[in-house]
Formats: sequence, C-alpha cells, structure tokens
Amino acid sequence: MTHASSENSGPVIELNSVTRRYGTGTAEVSALQGIDVTIEHGDFVAVMGPSGSGKSTCMNILGCLDTPSSGSYRFMGIDVGQLSRDQRALLRRHYLGFVFQGFNLLNRTSALENVELPLIYRGTHAKERSQKAKKALASVGLTGWETHTPAELSGGQQQRVAIARAIVTDPSVLFADEPTGNLDSARSREIMELLTSFNRDRGLTVVMVTHDAMMASYAKRIIRFRDGFIENEESNGGR
Amino acid sequence: MFFETILIAMREIRRNVMRSSLTILGIVIGVAAVITMVTVGDGATKQVANEISSLGSNLLDVRPGQSFRGPGGTRSGAPMFKIADADAIEREIFGLAGVAPIVGRTAQVIYGNDNYVTQITGSTNNYLDVRNWVLSGGRIFNDVELKAGAAVCIIGDTIRKQFFEGQDPIGRTIRVVKISCQVIGVLKPKGQSGFGTDQDDFLLMPLRTVQRRIAGSTDIGSISVSAMDGVSTDKVKTDIERLMRERRQTGKNEDDDFNVRDMQEIVKTLTGTTKLLTTLLGAVAAVSLLVGGIGIMNIMLVSVTERTREIGIRLAIGAMEKQVLMQFLIEAVVLSCFGGIIGIILGIAASVAGAGALKVPFVLNIGIVAISFVFSAGVGVVFGYFPARKAAHLDPIEALRHE
Repeated sequence: MTHASSENSGPVIELNSVTRRYGTGTAEVSALQGIDVTIEHGDFVAVMGPSGSGKSTCMNILGCLDTPSSGSYRFMGIDVGQLSRDQRALLRRHYLGFVFQGFNLLNRTSALENVELPLIYRGTHAKERSQKAKKALASVGLTGWETHTPAELSGGQQQRVAIARAIVTDPSVLFADEPTGNLDSARSREIMELLTSFNRDRGLTVVMVTHDAMMASYAKRIIRFRDGFIENEESNGGR
Repeated sequence: MFFETILIAMREIRRNVMRSSLTILGIVIGVAAVITMVTVGDGATKQVANEISSLGSNLLDVRPGQSFRGPGGTRSGAPMFKIADADAIEREIFGLAGVAPIVGRTAQVIYGNDNYVTQITGSTNNYLDVRNWVLSGGRIFNDVELKAGAAVCIIGDTIRKQFFEGQDPIGRTIRVVKISCQVIGVLKPKGQSGFGTDQDDFLLMPLRTVQRRIAGSTDIGSISVSAMDGVSTDKVKTDIERLMRERRQTGKNEDDDFNVRDMQEIVKTLTGTTKLLTTLLGAVAAVSLLVGGIGIMNIMLVSVTERTREIGIRLAIGAMEKQVLMQFLIEAVVLSCFGGIIGIILGIAASVAGAGALKVPFVLNIGIVAISFVFSAGVGVVFGYFPARKAAHLDPIEALRHE
C-alpha cells in the first residue's frame, strides 16, 4: 500500500461532507447527511449524541470498517474511499487500534494471546511478539494476568486487555466505541485514566464514542451528533 | 503470511478441544468402519478361494443323476456307475492327471471304548492325488490290498484326534462296521472347508473293501477326475460328457442322466458370493461414512456460525479476508487429515483383530483406505471452507454485532 505521509504534516483525519446512506429507494435511510470533521495528531475527541444520531456510523467510517457513500475521508492524507477491502484491512492493521463496548476478546484464549493477535497478523517474530504483548499488558496494569482467559477476568480487566491489544502495535489512532458502556463508574474512571495517560504520555490520538457526559469530560474536544449532522463542537481543555 | 495463518489455525484447534474432537470423531468413525468392513470382507473372499484351491481347483466330479438345478434333484432312476466307467474315462480322455472312483458311506467306527460316526470313502491311491491329500505318517495302499479288498485304512486327522490323541495310530486296529481294520496311514489336516464342513472327518479304504464288505454292491457313487496343469477343465468336462452319453446310450433328445461338476465353477460361484458380501458390507460402511460426513458438515456449519464474531474481531484488527479464509481452510484440512489418519490406524487395528477373530487372512485394500480418507477429509474441508468464506465476506461491523 501507499505509505502514509509523515505524521506531523496535516491532520490525521479529515472528513469532507461525508454522507452514508443505507438501503435503496423508499427504504433508504441517511445515517450521515454531510459532515466535516478534522482531527489533529495527539487529539482526544469524544463523539457524543443520542442513539441513531449517526455517531456510530461516523465511527465505523473513521475506523475504515465502512466507507462513505459520498464525500471524502482522508486518513493521513490517503483517500480511504479509494482503497480496496484488503488495503483498508492493512490500514487498520498498521495505523489503527480498536476498543469496543463488548470487549470483543477471543474466548478461551489467554490475555497474552489476545494481545499478540494483531502482531501475528503483522508477522512479528515470536520472541518480539511476546515481549511487546507483555509490555502492553504491563502498561494497562495487568502484569501477572497473562495466562488468564477472558472468562477468568473481570469486565474492567477484559477491557484493559482489549486496550493492550489495541495499543500493542503502536497505532496512530485509537478508536474506542463506548469503552465504558459495560462497566461500573469506578471501573469506567480507571479505563478513562488509562486512555488519557496514553494520549498524554505517548501522543496517541484517541477518538471515543460515548453518551456519558462524565466520560466525555476526559476528552480535549467534544463533537455532538444529532440526526446525521454535527450539532456542535466544543473544546474542553481536558482534565 | 502463510506461516502466521498456520499458527493462528493451530491455536484455534488447540483452544477448542471439544469442537475439534467432535469434528475428528465423525471422520474417524467413517474411515475406520469402511476400512474394517471391506478388509474383513476381502479376507473372507480370499479364505474361501484358498480353501477351494486346497480342494483341488482342477477337479471335476462325475455323478450319476441330473445336475443339481431345479427342484427335482437327483433322478432316482439314473443307473449308477461301475468301475468300468472310471477305467473308460482314464483310458479315453486326454489330459487327465488322475481318476478316482469313489464309493461313500456313513458308518460307525469303534476303537476300544470309543465309537464315532464318520464318512467311509472307498477309492484308490489316486484319490489322494486328485483331492490334494498328503500323508503325515504311514503309507498308501499297495496293489495287493487294492486288488484283494484288504481290511486296511488311511484315517483323516479328525479321526486320529478322536481315537489316538498322543499315540501312534499306525498299525492299530479299529472296527469299521463289522470289519477289523488296520490303520496304515494318517493324513495331514486340511481344516474346515469353505462349505463349513470338516474335511478331515473321513476314513479312506480300498474301493473293493467298501464295495464288498460295507456297501455290498459293485456300484460306484462318483468319479473324481483331475485335469493336468494347463489343460482346460471345460474341454475335459465336454469330453467326459460325450463319453458318458455314449456309454450310457443316452438318446439325442434326452437330458444327461449324470452330471459333471467343475470345481472352477464352484470357485467362481463361491468367490462371487463372498465378493457380493464384501460389496454389501462396503455399502453399509459407505452409509456410515456418509453419516459421518453429515456429522462433520453439521459441526463445521455450526462452528462457523458460532465463530462469526471471532471473524469480525480478526477483520477489525487488520486480518485480510483471505487470511481468515486460509485460517479456516487450514483448520479444516488439519482436523480432517488428523481424523482420517486416526481412522486409518483404528480401521487397520480393527481389521487385524476382526480377521484374527474370524480366522480369515488380513488383506489390506489400499484403494479403500484412500477412498474413505479422501471422502471424509474432502467433506471436512468443503464444509469447513464454504461457510467460512461466507463469514469472511461479511462486513466486519455486522460480523462483530453477531451474537
């Protein structure tokens, strides 16, 4: 694939009048009705909005899991809309990390092997792979839990394994889709502290969907969606 | 990329022991069943063929009465043979290795306090050659004994065991009906015949002895003829038929009042029957292979449906569609081949045990091993691959939402 342009020139993410429609004819639903978003390196953006406001659709497009119906999405200068399925997979593999509401870890698979998974797809050698995975687990505070399977971990711990899996490849952007949606408030705060620290200490760009204003308050910037449009954007200054 | 995919596939197999072993089980049972049934069936066919050839495959049996087709059976009116008929066959038919006129009776034999009912066969020394008998001890009849109808006998192994276990029977005297009869020879055992009868359960006496002192007539029950190697038994058969029609003055439009049975025909009939049996067993086994295949198919289909979310996760973190597919294909191939190999080992073990238990030779049919392996492995691969292809083609978002 084409090499992405240098990290410091221009924004990481640039959406230009992006729309996304599902279905055809009378059954057509417009989830995004023309949105413009620019996210710079090192930003921490919270995307908020009620259900059906288009925030998840926007997130899928940003995460290169979906493509716009019209408009353009440039990720580090690359027009994602022009990429094939496989090229988008490679983009995800090398530049993006994902954290989901439902954790989405592989069952019956140890924490270490879950974290190793993206490295395996990158072709990292066994020794380096296990070192990196252990380091990532340590960075989320799970040293000593390497051999535990998801069933043996609490929700908060599972989400931390998922974060370790997302950051083990040193991605440019971390996408978190309601990362605290399944957790209690104490566990949620721990997860948010983790994300904040990765953003602050490593300059990791974080884009997070949430409908909890408390969680959004950790972000530097908040984008509110309503009915497929961006309702407002506000700077938060973070904590 | 290939290496990573193998690693991932192996990790998945190892993690899901239950799912993996269920998949393997179907293949194991299918392959093992087919191999066992066909191998044992083939062994039985070989066994029957061996036994018949030990009887003498160049053998023809000439008997009075009509051949054993139809419900009429032996025509009672047909005249018996005489010694002259046997002499005529020996003199006039070309290509014979031996001719043995036979008179048979079932009678009681007594030795000491033991008595035993057996088959008394009266014939000449030719009988031993024609029927492939070999002496394990003693001697054959001499000319004087044959001509005079002496009270001597050669006994089969079953009779030796019955009366003389642990002793040397040669020179002992047994009572056959009312005659005191000296044992001059013992035959090597042949064992059970393909017809299920004990071939060793008989006693041979000179033809004349049986005719005069037991049967009380000069009739001959049947004539056993063996053709020389390389001589067509069909040719010998037609020659004998022509000769006998002539001697018995059978009219042109009359049926034969005798029949010539060719052992080759019986061999063909019997091996044909056992082969049919093998085919039947094979068919039953094929059904079990099919059922095994359906089992494999089910587990593969269910597991791919179950694994849709896993596929979604893999796609989201950067796996390409073809890598996911490759992973499922490798899993299916590894499981199927592993199951196939276990099935082959189990099938061969069961065949050896079965062949041992049924006392038939172990004949491994490589073709069947290959077919059953390819079939079940093929089912595993096909039904592991196609549902996975569907799943890998899903939108990662949809796959992730799948519960």
